[in-house]
Amino acid sequence: MFVVFKRELKSYFATPLAAIFIIIFLVMAGIFTFFLGDFFAWGQADLHAFFMFHPWLYLFFIPAIAMRLWADERKTGTIEILLTLPLTVTQVVMGKFLAAWVFTGCALLLTFPMWISVNILGDPDNGVILTSYIGSFLMAGAFVAIGSCISAISKSQVIAFVISATLCFIFVAIGSPLILNFAGDWMPKFALDTISGFSFHNHFDSLTRGVIDLSDGIFFVSMMALFIFINVALVDLKKAA
Amino acid sequence: MDCLIELKNLVKYFDAIKAVDDISFNVQRGEVLGFLGPNGAGKSTTMKMATGFLLPTSGTAKIMGYDVTEKPIQARRKMGYLPEGAPAYGDMTPFEFLTFVAEARGLKGNEIERNIKIVTEKTHIGSVLKQQIETLSKGFRRRVGLAQALIHDPDVLILDEPTDGLDPNQKYEVRKLIQEMAKDKAIIISTHILEEVEAVCTRAIIISQGKITADETPDSLKARSERHNAIYVTVKNDSATIARTTFMQFDTVKRVEKCSENESHVEYIIIPKKGFNLLDQVSTIVRERGWAAGELRVEHGHLDDVFRQITSKTLS
Ligand SMILES: Nc1ncnc2c1ncn2[C@@H]1O[C@H](COP(=O)(O)OP(=O)(O)O)[C@@H](O)[C@H]1O
Ligand SMILES: [Mg+2]
Repeated sequence: MFVVFKRELKSYFATPLAAIFIIIFLVMAGIFTFFLGDFFAWGQADLHAFFMFHPWLYLFFIPAIAMRLWADERKTGTIEILLTLPLTVTQVVMGKFLAAWVFTGCALLLTFPMWISVNILGDPDNGVILTSYIGSFLMAGAFVAIGSCISAISKSQVIAFVISATLCFIFVAIGSPLILNFAGDWMPKFALDTISGFSFHNHFDSLTRGVIDLSDGIFFVSMMALFIFINVALVDLKKAA
Repeated sequence: MDCLIELKNLVKYFDAIKAVDDISFNVQRGEVLGFLGPNGAGKSTTMKMATGFLLPTSGTAKIMGYDVTEKPIQARRKMGYLPEGAPAYGDMTPFEFLTFVAEARGLKGNEIERNIKIVTEKTHIGSVLKQQIETLSKGFRRRVGLAQALIHDPDVLILDEPTDGLDPNQKYEVRKLIQEMAKDKAIIISTHILEEVEAVCTRAIIISQGKITADETPDSLKARSERHNAIYVTVKNDSATIARTTFMQFDTVKRVEKCSENESHVEYIIIPKKGFNLLDQVSTIVRERGWAAGELRVEHGHLDDVFRQITSKTLS
């Protein structure tokens, strides 16, 4: 598994694309925070405005990172080599997943100037910031698992991107007030609660408020496990196709 | 017997298309099996099932006794596979790629370096070891693919069109390499180049539309050729007509064709009926009548004749 992880992570950094990606991510994070989030007007030295936009950023950023994981292997045929090595499908899926997750983690870490600035500007609650970072990283993992899983069903990176971005959007949006108000008119309450229970946005939001609820962490870890499991099943299924 | 590859009743459907239709054969240690067939015959699909990359619709494949679907890890350890088109990670150098494959195959430390050195020499890729694979020529890429398949010195080699895209010298080198390795491995190579089968294979299987239509040595395949034991004879111009008529009257002759002619002589090929040898008869009469204008030549047959014969029969 570590061998696959290493190869995959290296290949992220092998092209300048990775650097470009991370830069775009950082710039977008900055723009969202300062302009849309009105960082300065918030009047408070914390990073809430910054983290608030993470689900929406990941929506594009992570499918773009994950789309190549399997689609590219199928397109170039290297999957035939990969899957005839003496490794289990689970090992390969995990290796790829972890590489993409660590890569997003790197992008996330590079936002540290934000953290430095708020500490210079004021006296933020660094505990809250830490849980927010952890929350964001866990949420990123769930997105990566979705992206990797979708990448396994298509030869085309573009298709993989579109489908996984859509799926990620659904997972973020189902908890937003707009959707809830709309659906609230005709859906029974328990269904509504169940649906919004799957919202990445809601689970993440509570973590960014410094509410340390283990269930939010467990939620993201379970989502990862679920999609990794589906990913393995999809790769196996393709063998029989 | 030391049977390293056992394929039993392999069938593969892609939706409604039957790509492989009940293929069974065994390959022993020391054998080089040439897997022949027109495009789309099902060669690659059969090989993919033999490696466990594709699951058969029915049937089993075993590598050194390990079923590739039930004991995939053990089976894969024993086997090297060059997929069709020799895919490789374009963003890596051959050295990185071989290191990756070696590590994934569980080789350690010194062994990795040593084996990379060995396969690099065998496949002559030393000069491009540090160059990105996507910038390499087709010939080098193919050999990198081959090196990857050999890195752990496996007992079983499954090579899908190993010489495709190589120039004649490189083809020669790769064939020599396969021959050198042949005695202690079981090797399957797929190809549509018939001379390759003659050059390296101890046995040839021809498949057509997913079915095995011939399974024998290259020599006995050649014997199936219409031109097997045919005789080329060159006669003087002025006796050409009479010679031709005489040959035609032999009851063991199937056909006489004119191959070439010039001002002084004509060359005929005399094709015997199946199983007959005309050499003595023809050489005697040509000598006695004084028709001869050159040497007699016996033809051993052409694999491409046989190939066409066998594979077009099933198509029509
Ligand atoms: N993944 C696939 N999906 C559908 N059909 C396929 C697939 N792979 C191969 N085939 C079909 O199976 C047949 C055999 O193909 P293949 O094994 O590649 O032949 P060969 O290697 O002898 O040229 C062809 O008709 C091909 O179109
Ligand atoms: Mg093929």
